[in-house]
Amino acid sequence: MNQPLLVTASQKAGPRWTVAIGAVVLLVLLALPLLSLLPDGHGLQVSAYTLTLVGKILCYAIVALALDLVWGYAGLLSLGHGLFFALGGYAMGMYLMREAAGDGLPAFMTFLSWTELPWYWAGTQHFAWALCLVVLAPGLLALVFGFFAFRSRIKGVYFSIMTQALTFAGMLLFFRNETGFGGNNGFTNFRSILGFPITAPSTRAVLFLMTVALLVASLYLGWRLARSKFGRVLTALRDAENRLMFCGYDPRGFKLFVWVLSAVLCGLAGALYVPQVGIINPSEMSPTNSIEAAVWVALGGRGTLIGPLLGAGLVNGMKSWFTVAFPEYWLFCLGALFILVTLYLPKGVVGLLKKKGEQ
Amino acid sequence: MKRRSLIKAFTLSASIAAMGLSWSIQAAETIKVGILHSLSGTMAISETSLKDMALMTIEQINAKGGVNGKLLEPVVVDPASNWPLFAEKGRQLLTQDKVAVVFGCWTSVSRKSVLPVFEELNGLLFYPVQYEGEEMSPNVFYTGAAPNQQAIPAVEYLMSEDGGAAKRYFLLGTDYVYPRTTNKILRAFLHSKGVADKDIEEVYTPFGHSDYQTIVANIKKFSAGGKTAVISTVNGDSNVPFYKELANQGLKATDVPVVAFSVGEEELRGIDTKPLVGHLAAWNYFESVDNPVNSQFVADWKAYAKAKNLPGADKAVTNDPMEATYVGIHMWAQAVEKAGSTDVNKVREALAGQTFKAPSGYTLTMDKSNHHLHKPVMIGEIQDDGQFNVVWETGQPLRAQPWSPFIPGNDKRPDYAVKGN
Amino acid sequence: MPKALLCLFLSLVLLPLAAQASDADYFIAAKANEQARLLQDWAAQPDPARLELLTSLQQGRLSPTDTRKLRLNNRLRGLVDNALASHQLLSTDARLRLAAAQQLQKSAQPPQVAFLDRRFASETDAAVHAALGLALANLQLAASDPAVRLAAVRLLGETGDPMARTRLEALLEPGVETDSNVRTAAETSLAQVKRKLLFGELLGQAFSGLSLGSILLLAALGLAITFGLLGVINMAHGEMLMLGAYATYVVQVLIQRYAPSAIEFYPLIALPVAFAVSAGVGMLLERTVIRHLYGRPLETLLATWGISLILIQAIRLLFGAQNVEVANPGWLSGGIQVLPNLVLPYSRIVIIGFALFVVLLTWLLLNRTRLGLNVRAVTQNRNMAACCGVPTGRVDMLAFGLGSGIAGLGGVALSQIGNVGPDLGQSYIIDSFLVVVLGGVGQLAGSLWAAFGLGIANKLLEPQIGAVLGKILILALIILFIQKRPQGLFALKGRVID
Repeated sequence: MNQPLLVTASQKAGPRWTVAIGAVVLLVLLALPLLSLLPDGHGLQVSAYTLTLVGKILCYAIVALALDLVWGYAGLLSLGHGLFFALGGYAMGMYLMREAAGDGLPAFMTFLSWTELPWYWAGTQHFAWALCLVVLAPGLLALVFGFFAFRSRIKGVYFSIMTQALTFAGMLLFFRNETGFGGNNGFTNFRSILGFPITAPSTRAVLFLMTVALLVASLYLGWRLARSKFGRVLTALRDAENRLMFCGYDPRGFKLFVWVLSAVLCGLAGALYVPQVGIINPSEMSPTNSIEAAVWVALGGRGTLIGPLLGAGLVNGMKSWFTVAFPEYWLFCLGALFILVTLYLPKGVVGLLKKKGEQ
Repeated sequence: MKRRSLIKAFTLSASIAAMGLSWSIQAAETIKVGILHSLSGTMAISETSLKDMALMTIEQINAKGGVNGKLLEPVVVDPASNWPLFAEKGRQLLTQDKVAVVFGCWTSVSRKSVLPVFEELNGLLFYPVQYEGEEMSPNVFYTGAAPNQQAIPAVEYLMSEDGGAAKRYFLLGTDYVYPRTTNKILRAFLHSKGVADKDIEEVYTPFGHSDYQTIVANIKKFSAGGKTAVISTVNGDSNVPFYKELANQGLKATDVPVVAFSVGEEELRGIDTKPLVGHLAAWNYFESVDNPVNSQFVADWKAYAKAKNLPGADKAVTNDPMEATYVGIHMWAQAVEKAGSTDVNKVREALAGQTFKAPSGYTLTMDKSNHHLHKPVMIGEIQDDGQFNVVWETGQPLRAQPWSPFIPGNDKRPDYAVKGN
Repeated sequence: MPKALLCLFLSLVLLPLAAQASDADYFIAAKANEQARLLQDWAAQPDPARLELLTSLQQGRLSPTDTRKLRLNNRLRGLVDNALASHQLLSTDARLRLAAAQQLQKSAQPPQVAFLDRRFASETDAAVHAALGLALANLQLAASDPAVRLAAVRLLGETGDPMARTRLEALLEPGVETDSNVRTAAETSLAQVKRKLLFGELLGQAFSGLSLGSILLLAALGLAITFGLLGVINMAHGEMLMLGAYATYVVQVLIQRYAPSAIEFYPLIALPVAFAVSAGVGMLLERTVIRHLYGRPLETLLATWGISLILIQAIRLLFGAQNVEVANPGWLSGGIQVLPNLVLPYSRIVIIGFALFVVLLTWLLLNRTRLGLNVRAVTQNRNMAACCGVPTGRVDMLAFGLGSGIAGLGGVALSQIGNVGPDLGQSYIIDSFLVVVLGGVGQLAGSLWAAFGLGIANKLLEPQIGAVLGKILILALIILFIQKRPQGLFALKGRVID
């Protein structure tokens, strides 16, 4: 548990297997968007439905990974990561709304008879500024919140509840129509991104590829972090913060860095999520969503890099399937799954696989 | 070890059972029909009954031999009150299940979420709930009311002698687009009738608001200034605490009538209506409407609820969105028969001008161009048995004005459906 | 002679009957507008014979024996109330006359002035006399004699009636009142009325804050035990509230069916039932799931989250997704009129008392019983307690059951003011956690202060900045407060460090 699984697994199974499995998965992910470009009716064509579904799950996987960085490694369970995800999504959504509205105001504003854009919408018609916002909005919020929280050494359950209150407050704020983000409806009906129509197969393919790229990049980042001295300090921080302090480390900087990094990753994932799914609204900030993200991580196996990805994929895949197969009973399956996993797989699916590998 | 194999065995058997289920349904040649209503999450409270109503209607059509000689096969999915999931499930219904039509959505945001998908894939959606208007997509048919088919007649009634000749209006709503737009239209309408801004108060509460003490106190204060009516666009769940507070603080319908646009028979099931007698609701249909079509409709529904053992079947009621679902499915079936195919473009053409003898007691017409139904408007007073007593109605169906003339700029909108509005 | 007596007797009995029958026939035959005029006429010239008809009309019937429902609208209902009040002034029962006079303060119309004047002059009961005076004063503001107007204005200044404010303001509009004496008096009266109204408003705000606080407290109290003492992040806590509320519903339905005479007391019967149901489910969960997770608080979050999903969907399948109807019994409906602009609903008053009672009970249980001693021992040092012979497993189970049971009691209270549906618990879970965390985990007194503090702060902010912004501001304040006092209001002081 104390050692990142990837390290253990590569030690156990040998680097070749790990690389081989990783490469196959990556190849499949890279092939999906290309296959989606095949003409209709082709036997190998991947439907837009599959592509957006997988794309959505990949975005969730990035969130899970980001959450795992703070929870699995630094021991800070955030129940407010949905907020950062949504902020990134809203920043991207602002750009997409401006793009769809052309020179006019976004549709929901004309609806409410607003005549001019609120100040915080300034510059959002430029893609570059929107990208900055994607990073800055969640990053700055995380920085401010983290600075105060870690300064007064809020941790454990208190930290979780505070983050939950934060995202709840965010949700209420964005629900307000006067806040200027479309209220309950949020943003929808996007047309184009950088001039490319948003529903075109090629645009979808590119967005998908970018999601894969971001996922790979965050995996690599996480791997480097976990292997570095920084990662060791984080793990020490999780397991015995006081002893770490006695050894002369100041945990605040470490916590703050990984916290902000995690928030920014979430924001980026949100920015990729919005054009693929086609809607962003305040319900993304509901505490329920953030709790679910924690469930992905726990299910997959926290403190590992592959675990969160597996967890996000499994839960969302099952959700998509259950909601069609047994629309009235799927919550039972999902609920039972959470209970069984925490009871019998305390180290998540990855823990299970690892045990299998050892036998 | 044993435990784990048990889990594995369970998952395996569950998945096999599920596959068996999904296979066994597919038989003969059928027309697939999608039903996109939340069965879990916050909206399940309203949408579950629409799913059941859709299933009942489909069963009835099938019992009469289906459409064009083919049986209808419902595909039910659960978007779980999650708006992005609505878009995903909509796409799934259209591209994976290849349904001919989808009946679904309740909230405006869920409709806005699936709209781009339906426009992109040229699907067909029937939307059965009253809404704020400001939309007219060629891929959607709106069988609920536009603001002029619900809100404005209700206020006209309140202004009339019989409605109490209200001079002041307290507009209370949940903070989202339907109440906001409706209240905006109403304010413009009230202005046009000479009501000054000081006699209009507009208040919004967050979703799921459950403490109405301050608001009811404010209504009381406001109503001291002259004959007041409350126009409530409070959403689903918040209605119970609102009405309970109203009753317990002694505000009676004879003093300050509340007219609600989102409270129907289904919502009243969760409230003790004795203290609420006299408060009003405006709809296009009430279960208490007395005509043979409706008697049959209500009896069918009660029998269906009993036969399927739906929860609370002994108290099953019908309401306006259920009627709109029923009318929508029948109109679609008629249009498919007329077009001789389920092709969306042909069905859309065939739907224009389609008529249906509805439970409301009127023959409803689908407008030739604007994709909305012509609907009668009725004002009902709440009675102590949870039903409504119709105290006023328009007498004939009204044409919908999805682009309300009370919102500036709408006069330039086309009166036919265009993509991407 | 006997014949004449009989005739007299018959005419005495039959005449009113005949008049009443004709009135009823007349009324039922008339169109809505004529009915309205009829009622106004009757209100101005009351006739005791019509009392029965009007009483029946108020109940939506033509006569007490007639079971047919009469379809009246709000306007007619209002006029019936007014006419009935006029008639009731003739009653011999002073209480009835008082109620009638109070009704007339709201609804009396100018044509009734002459009648009210006569009654005012002949009224013997002091309270009724005063109430009638006010009703009359409202109408006398339009009198032609300045002296009458002056008296009326002075009288209105004595009341705290919100309508008096509107009437005085209307009088003070430029050009309405010409007599300068009356104008000055009206200004003084208006200031007086405004002062009284403000007092009522402030009192109302304080009460609604207390009431909201008591609800938060009831919602959070169970969590203060399961989370605060046992350390289980119990996401299924809201569902325990919901189970309590549904238990109330079931009790109500059963009593309605099998013992309708006891229906008035169903909430009292529901209390032990709800406690038992929630506590039972809680103990079952503790034994099957949570027991394995002590010491892993964050994982209890996931498991209990799963439990809450299952419970919600189970209730949804069992009772339907719609809300179920839980009616206030008579003694919990309506409210007490403290001031003209302040009504305190009985249900809320009872809930405030009930919340305090439950807190007291819990406190006694934790501090004055063996179980409480054991619970405190286990929460402070599980291993040491086990060494001293405390059966930790049993204590855990009972403590979790107690927390869940108290949540069930909270559910009974919540069912009286809000909706009862499968999602009931979800709307209280965040607030509950905030109360417990703000008060300091493990501190009962902390939860008490936090709940009432949050309730009052919320209700003070709401009129200023609206419900939505108020709630956001409160959340922001809590986040800031926790920065200052990371262990909550009442922190456990100790030197323990890991």
